[in-house]
Amino acid sequence: MLWDGALARLPDHMELMTTTVTSANATLDTTSSPACLRITGDWTLANYASLKLCTAGLAGQYDSMTRIELEQLGKLDTAGAALLVELLGTERLAQLAETDTHLPAASRALLQTVYCSLHDYCIPVKAPEQAVLVQLLERIGSAVDTLKQDTLHLLGFVGLILATFGRLLLQPKRWRLTSVVAHVEQTGLNAAPIVALLTFLVGAVVAFLGATVLVKFGASIFTVDLVAFSFLREFGVLLTAILMAGRTASAFTAQIGSMKANEEIDALRTLGLDPIEILVIPRVLALLIALPLLTFLAMLCGIVGGGLVCALSLDISPAMFLSMMQNDIDARHFLVGLAKAPFFAFLIAAIGCLEGLKVTGSAESVGAHTTSSVVQSIFVVIVLDAIAALFYMEMGW
Amino acid sequence: MNTTSPRETVIEARGLCNRFGSQSVHEQLDLDLFRGEILAVVGGSGSGKSVLLRSIIGLRRPNEGDVRVFGQHLSQLDEAQRSRVERRFGVLFQKGALFSSLTVTENVALPLIEHAGLGRADAEHLAGVKLALAGLPLSAADKYPASLSGGMIKRAALARALALDPDILFLDEPTAGLDPIGAAAFDQLILTLRDALGLSVFLITHDLDTLYTITDRVAVLSQKKVLVAAPIAQVAETEDAWIQDYFHGPRGRAAYLATQALKEV
Repeated sequence: MLWDGALARLPDHMELMTTTVTSANATLDTTSSPACLRITGDWTLANYASLKLCTAGLAGQYDSMTRIELEQLGKLDTAGAALLVELLGTERLAQLAETDTHLPAASRALLQTVYCSLHDYCIPVKAPEQAVLVQLLERIGSAVDTLKQDTLHLLGFVGLILATFGRLLLQPKRWRLTSVVAHVEQTGLNAAPIVALLTFLVGAVVAFLGATVLVKFGASIFTVDLVAFSFLREFGVLLTAILMAGRTASAFTAQIGSMKANEEIDALRTLGLDPIEILVIPRVLALLIALPLLTFLAMLCGIVGGGLVCALSLDISPAMFLSMMQNDIDARHFLVGLAKAPFFAFLIAAIGCLEGLKVTGSAESVGAHTTSSVVQSIFVVIVLDAIAALFYMEMGW
Repeated sequence: MNTTSPRETVIEARGLCNRFGSQSVHEQLDLDLFRGEILAVVGGSGSGKSVLLRSIIGLRRPNEGDVRVFGQHLSQLDEAQRSRVERRFGVLFQKGALFSSLTVTENVALPLIEHAGLGRADAEHLAGVKLALAGLPLSAADKYPASLSGGMIKRAALARALALDPDILFLDEPTAGLDPIGAAAFDQLILTLRDALGLSVFLITHDLDTLYTITDRVAVLSQKKVLVAAPIAQVAETEDAWIQDYFHGPRGRAAYLATQALKEV
């Protein structure tokens, strides 16, 4: 049988690990006539680098008349066989593999396999890289294009969500309350401790800042206004939204994205179910409920943090703090802050779900889109907040 | 083939036990892989074929028993020695396990760069050779795994498994998901490589055609151990309900007849 030959001359690898590898070479003997190309030693991966140099030096120095001696060829593996194919060309080697009786059957079979697969197969030459400036321009261009595409997609997706939502509004049977409640728990209740802690700390920091700066003007009492204004109008909702963008948008993208990668979304479609209705609407609704509630919690905790600092380092008692808030601060500021929450919630959820649906086949794509969803939602939240601030200022609210 | 003369074992598993919690997958399992043979491991779904593979290549520490590879216990070697032994393995995972952040060529070139000490250009060139050998079309070489079909992933993964010209090739369901032409070519490729390189092949498969055409021995994994490990004709005659169903069911018969027809031609 063919491979009994292979067994007989199997390299002893245990020995190989302790002894050195026989050096390999290809030498051109021009003194004899016709000239003779001697292939000697082990043509294996271990000798690849030196053999590569050696064959490169020989290129073009022999022709079809040159006799090729393979008698002293030792071990041969695919790397060595590939080099031989490159050195001698497929036709010459095909001829050798068929006629050279010195070569063991196994090596001949290997050479045949390698040249058969390398025949018609030229190793691709990479296109030369473009100049740095061109690359830079190309990347800027494609980034701008991506931004445009993303914006269009997001607008389209927002429309799709609203349309689906409108359709569902009239069909109470298809409201998925269980799903909504589960997502409220995940995005709202489970996030409450971290939101409370962070806003409490930021509230304390803002109060410290106010105390340090305002004390120079003898106006440290206004620290109360600083804390209350900033948390009711801006910090409460903004901090919560940013936390939600990091925590919830990424979770939505990862959940929906891994479903997409696993073809679960396609499965839903083939079952005649609408992924927007089943996966997206409950998440959007859940965040629409959770984010305003968390915002309220954030405002409270921020003010408590500020109040604590006032009580401990400015000698403003909690009772005084509250009465000052009552006198100076309208309920209007609270409403103005809270009014932003549903918009942030809607966009964060929409971006999270959209990025999830954009995932393609691989797990790597899930990671890339999760990153993208966090970055996009934080960006959108801050831009929207800035626009809202301008709008409120113009309106005098 | 001569099965009576003493043969060198490259893998020796003795008294292997694998348990997951209270569920036991293997109990006192013994298995040998001889140098230069193609051993197929078959068994029903969930019979622990992949677990056996993972225990042998050292990805899972068996609860009891030991595995000797080239006469050495993998678990007792230090890191450098172990890495040296592992370099002599080529593993084709069930789903390919190509690195998704690298192109196909880079996937194959990675072990060449890391272990064989080749330069990037040389390694990628040689990777091209391996890809050609595995029968992957040229156009796929610069693609990422995510954009390949199942069959192409298998071929690319085989090319990576062959990158360092291993001594033992582990194949986990290599022909699953390939079309019959591709599967037959794959079988032939493994046979040629075994003959040419003297590979020992540990093959997990459900493909009866593969079993009949290229294997030297078949090990049947059932009832938590290797029920029988012998040439296929002998295995097919074993008195066991599962084995009888497996080899003498409609698919088994068809594969058997097809091989007989091939032999007559």
